[in-house]
Amino acid sequence: MQQSPIRNELTMTPQIIFKFRLYVAGDAPNSTQALANLIALCRAHLPDRHEIEIVDVFREPKRALIDGIFMTPTLVKLAPSPVRIIVGSLSQTQTVLHALNLEADSL
Amino acid sequence: MPVVIAEAESIMLPTRKKMKSVRSPLIKVSTKAPTGIAGFDEITGGGLPHGRTTLLVGGPGSGKTVLALQILVHGARECKEPGIFVAFEENSKRIVANAESFGWKLAELQRKKLFFMDIQPMPDLVQSGDFDFGGMLAALEAKSKETKARRIVFDALDVILTLLPDEAARRREIYRLHEWLLARELTGLITLKADAGYINAMSQSPFGFMHFMVDCTVLLSHSVILGVSQRNMRVQKYRGSSFDEDELPFVIGKNGLEVAAAHTPSRVDAEVTSERISSGVERLDTMLGGGYYRGASVLITGFSGTAKTTLSGAFADAACQRGERTLFVSFDSDGSEVIRNLASVGIRLDRYVKSGCLRMISARTITGSAETFLVRIKTLANEHRARCLVIDPVSTWSKAGNALTARSVAERLIDWSKAGGTTLICTSLLDEMSSQSEGSSSLQISKIADTWIHLNYLLQAGERNRGLSIIKSRGTAHSNQVRELILSDSGVTLTDTYTAGGEVLMGALRWQKERADRVANEVNEVAAKLKRVRLDAEEAELEVQVKSLQTELLAKQVEKDLLVRTTESRKGEISQGLTRMEELRGADATKPDPK
Repeated sequence: MQQSPIRNELTMTPQIIFKFRLYVAGDAPNSTQALANLIALCRAHLPDRHEIEIVDVFREPKRALIDGIFMTPTLVKLAPSPVRIIVGSLSQTQTVLHALNLEADSL
Repeated sequence: MPVVIAEAESIMLPTRKKMKSVRSPLIKVSTKAPTGIAGFDEITGGGLPHGRTTLLVGGPGSGKTVLALQILVHGARECKEPGIFVAFEENSKRIVANAESFGWKLAELQRKKLFFMDIQPMPDLVQSGDFDFGGMLAALEAKSKETKARRIVFDALDVILTLLPDEAARRREIYRLHEWLLARELTGLITLKADAGYINAMSQSPFGFMHFMVDCTVLLSHSVILGVSQRNMRVQKYRGSSFDEDELPFVIGKNGLEVAAAHTPSRVDAEVTSERISSGVERLDTMLGGGYYRGASVLITGFSGTAKTTLSGAFADAACQRGERTLFVSFDSDGSEVIRNLASVGIRLDRYVKSGCLRMISARTITGSAETFLVRIKTLANEHRARCLVIDPVSTWSKAGNALTARSVAERLIDWSKAGGTTLICTSLLDEMSSQSEGSSSLQISKIADTWIHLNYLLQAGERNRGLSIIKSRGTAHSNQVRELILSDSGVTLTDTYTAGGEVLMGALRWQKERADRVANEVNEVAAKLKRVRLDAEEAELEVQVKSLQTELLAKQVEKDLLVRTTESRKGEISQGLTRMEELRGADATKPDPK
């Protein structure tokens, strides 16, 4: 939901923008936890270069059906490719970072 | 405290017992979802619990997916209950392709009555932390509203359950799913993979608590007995309904699953006719008081070569002559071989095969359990719309696998044929080595067959001759005599046998006896003729004698007359002479008259 296409002045390389889509099941505890974890992770590792879209499967069940999302919460990394899917409350940060290929990028 | 518990139990027990005794006959509960699976609806008294959840447990290849899909197809097609198939393991496209052979027309149904959802977990799925199936339920909610689904199948639920981190999470998700199903009154079917060991130790197993949660549990097993595949089904529990608790064999046939329900009470009282149909042998009809009953099951037993096939061929011939569609299943030889062999005794079946009235099936190639045979034969008979069915020989069944099931299969075959009014002729080969006593039929069909004809060899005077006798024929006054069965170019005939000195004469001995009788008759006739001639001659002779005697008598009478007359005339002469003399002499007139 936040957009910040900024170039890094230091390296002069184009900033890769991470596009996420998080499927949640209403305000189920693990869903809210996942959202909180995702926001925290983005702040820490991807400041100003991420977009998060939230889909509530209870409100948009057809979307869950079409997208094939059956477990909640589910995080889909749409960009950069490859698309990655992480299921769960994202509580194990190392696993998530590894899956997002952000380990080398870390602080 | 233990005292209190004991008391509570003693109070509970009688009520529970009472409930059970009330339940014992199959009570039909209106809230059942028919499955359309032959036999399954019978053992459950109508189908799956409607609006409840059923658990289907079985090992790999036990037929879970086929069963589940068939229930959905039936609901969609016959019960106006659209269904959703949630595929966790196998891709729905593959399931549809695999089910193609059953002729369920899935493509047509898929447009508006049958829907598939693919929920196969992606292999590269990354897990981090706690999750649940909220998404799935939301998607199902959307799908079921959109399609107005009433039935839902979760195929191989274990696949996604194992993704959950711990037992508590699994339990929670299953409860969530179950609650969702109950709230929407959907008829749910959950399949789980499990091997035999799992089924035995059910409550200790990972998903054991599911058995307690659901309203109905069905177990499928697939085993091999003496090298023959055997599938079994058992309804383990069914809340609020009585059910057949036995393990029952089933097969996956051409049209899907078929369960061998042993007793089908609704079918036993099938219409009974007193119509007689010809056995194809005239004398046999007479012996049976007019022929077999229509819809009867006839068993022909005998050793090999006693003309069992010929006798059943004669029946098929007669049936086709009446224009009745007939199915001839031969386990021994090819259909064309049977036709050729029967043609040699004047039974020409080829014309009926050409006209389509008769269908010959060579079942030599069919391998499998007795169950498989039964289903194939049923299917073939239905396809052919057969009114008469010949199975030659039915004893083959007991050789393939489990003899026990083979017997129940034979019973069910008879049950089935009776229900449909099909006249059934089974031949049964008696083992040469088995006791010579009649009817040690391996399948014990003889007990349930209506008519039992036994063919036997009589070894006598260096010959083997075929003898036919009727051991039983229900509802028929039948002949108690052994007849000789003769095969000739013109067909099958039965002849009387001679009994001499307590022994039955057959074949050449019978012919000899017949000839001897004929000769004796001729001799007797000639002798009689001779005697008559002789008597005639004697009679004539006597008559002649009588005539000559009569003539003699006449002569004697004449002679006697003559004598009398002569005597009288002489007397007269004499007296006249005296008077004349007296006159001449002039004697006294006083002399007394001599008269």
